[in-house]
Amino acid sequence: MPTREVVVGSRIGLHGRPAAIVVRTAAAQAVTVRISTGERPPVDASSIIAVLALGAHGGDTVTIEADGDGADAALEALAAVLAKDLDAPEPADA
Amino acid sequence: MRDDLKGLGVSPGLTAGPVYAMGSPAVLPAVAPAVTDADAEVQRATAALAAVSAELDRIAAQVGGTAAEVLATEAMMAADMTLADGVARKISEGRPAAWAVGDAVAEQQEQFAALGGYFAERAADLADIRDRAVAWLLDKPMPGLPRPNEPFVLVADDLSPADTALLDESVVAIVTRRGGPTSHTAILARSRALPAVVACAGIMDVADGSVVSVDGVSGAVCFVDPKTAPDIRAIGEQERDRLAATTGPGRTADDVEIPLLLNVGGVADLTDDAAGVGLFRTEFLFLGQTVAPSVAEQETAYRALFEALGDRKVVLRTLDAGADKPLPFLGLAEEDNPALGVRGLRTSRVDPSVLADQLRAVANAAAGTEADVWVMAPMVATATEAAAFAALVHEAGLRSAGAMIEVPAAALRARAVVAAVDFVSIGTNDLSQYTMAADRMNGALADLLDPWQPAVLDLVASVASAGRDAGKPVGVCGEAAGDPLLALVFVGMGVTSLSMSAPSVPAVRAALADHTMADCERLAQLAVDAQDAESAREAVLKAQAK
Repeated sequence: MPTREVVVGSRIGLHGRPAAIVVRTAAAQAVTVRISTGERPPVDASSIIAVLALGAHGGDTVTIEADGDGADAALEALAAVLAKDLDAPEPADA
Repeated sequence: MRDDLKGLGVSPGLTAGPVYAMGSPAVLPAVAPAVTDADAEVQRATAALAAVSAELDRIAAQVGGTAAEVLATEAMMAADMTLADGVARKISEGRPAAWAVGDAVAEQQEQFAALGGYFAERAADLADIRDRAVAWLLDKPMPGLPRPNEPFVLVADDLSPADTALLDESVVAIVTRRGGPTSHTAILARSRALPAVVACAGIMDVADGSVVSVDGVSGAVCFVDPKTAPDIRAIGEQERDRLAATTGPGRTADDVEIPLLLNVGGVADLTDDAAGVGLFRTEFLFLGQTVAPSVAEQETAYRALFEALGDRKVVLRTLDAGADKPLPFLGLAEEDNPALGVRGLRTSRVDPSVLADQLRAVANAAAGTEADVWVMAPMVATATEAAAFAALVHEAGLRSAGAMIEVPAAALRARAVVAAVDFVSIGTNDLSQYTMAADRMNGALADLLDPWQPAVLDLVASVASAGRDAGKPVGVCGEAAGDPLLALVFVGMGVTSLSMSAPSVPAVRAALADHTMADCERLAQLAVDAQDAESAREAVLKAQAK
């Protein structure tokens, strides 16, 4: 099964906005993407509660896996959002 | 007509409207009925969670901004399959839908609590989801914010941070039974420029729909004829607009300049309408982290604020953490009494490297910008601590080192502390708590926590006089500086700058412009001569209205 290891790019970790974006991205994929930290069993990356319960901090390494048609594309999409700092401040209003 | 009510005015402004109280959550009866049709229970639970999710999404769409993001995430949690699976499992074990939701949420909350920090705070979101789902299932009124279709005065026992995310513009004022001048309600109300009264006994007995006026300065909550409410609101709005129209630097009627500064947690809190920043809280960089942020990371964050300020002044407070806001990398032990424990500057006793890194980052960031950067330490108790801190700041290449005065010991020995540093800044919230031996979190002691307490004012006055004699600046950066009356009193004592949240600036500026330094000195004398906080406030209010 295709798997990828990604370092969490969001400084604050996987909660708040970063967690929501990761979950929405996972839910938009054609296949189920599962995510895990350390030795714990992988959980569905499209469940916000399961993703929060990982307790992943910025700089932690997470493993994502998916199976079936479109698995590689799904992992690519999820790895891209996981690696970004999703809580970076938005440009200030003028 | 009923007797009028009186509490503590904590956020200025006058308005009127019908009161509506926060709904309290439905309580699950201890004994659950037997489940006869498990499939039907699962369907009801699913429908309840879907309804909760839809309602949260609907509210998110109304509020916008950060609050909308928080609510949208909570809506996702309500619709989450992990939660739904947990509920279904509880139903299969014989629990009816409402009880199954309660059990499943409790299990999930435990998991979050074990993770600590921001993750643990999500337990409150789950509690809100549970309360809403249980109310739906038991056919009870929804807990949380009332949503009448008219502007209203929000009444509550006290407000939690989660409640406040939902406040929208239909709330015209807040009145709570508990809370004090530094409570979450007070701070929120000031940041939203909403008139607010806290510690108002009897407010919970007022029937929904009764029309009251709310005066956020005097603390009066009066029953009024509903027909006059729009007029009272209009007067309050005119007054607010009049204040907002005043601009320029803070100065007394006889042109003594009193810089008006802002209390900020980052660039987002800045406005142009101030002489700079009197309190830059740096905790946001550290909270929720397992390792201390790097020097480079801190430098980037500080530079963003310094650059936004141009050549204005900024007073940066070094990390103010302790056992009450634990940070794993500080290696602090759990404490029975964190308010009196290893917090603020004292954390350097355990690990001096965090402060050293922070000062290096501040110096690096300051080097490349025009901003006038001052640095101060929280929780200084002795002149020796102040001197040691000042030496570190100067060694780091920063010009101006200061001590916060929030421990009574530092105020009592103000001359020695002032001599050891370049400036001091009085933190009235903690100074009140420690002087009056009254926990900031204990609403029952709100009257003692009042910064109008003459004992607190005496300490402020002695610090101000020590500063004046030494020719060094003395600021006030607690919430009290944003109270237009207290601001006059502080200035009369010799305080040289005032720092507050942005919405408080116009009213303080207007109050200063209406009074000479001699007026302020007279008001300060009235305040310290008073027997207690209540009469100090009344005496100053009466004298300045003349």
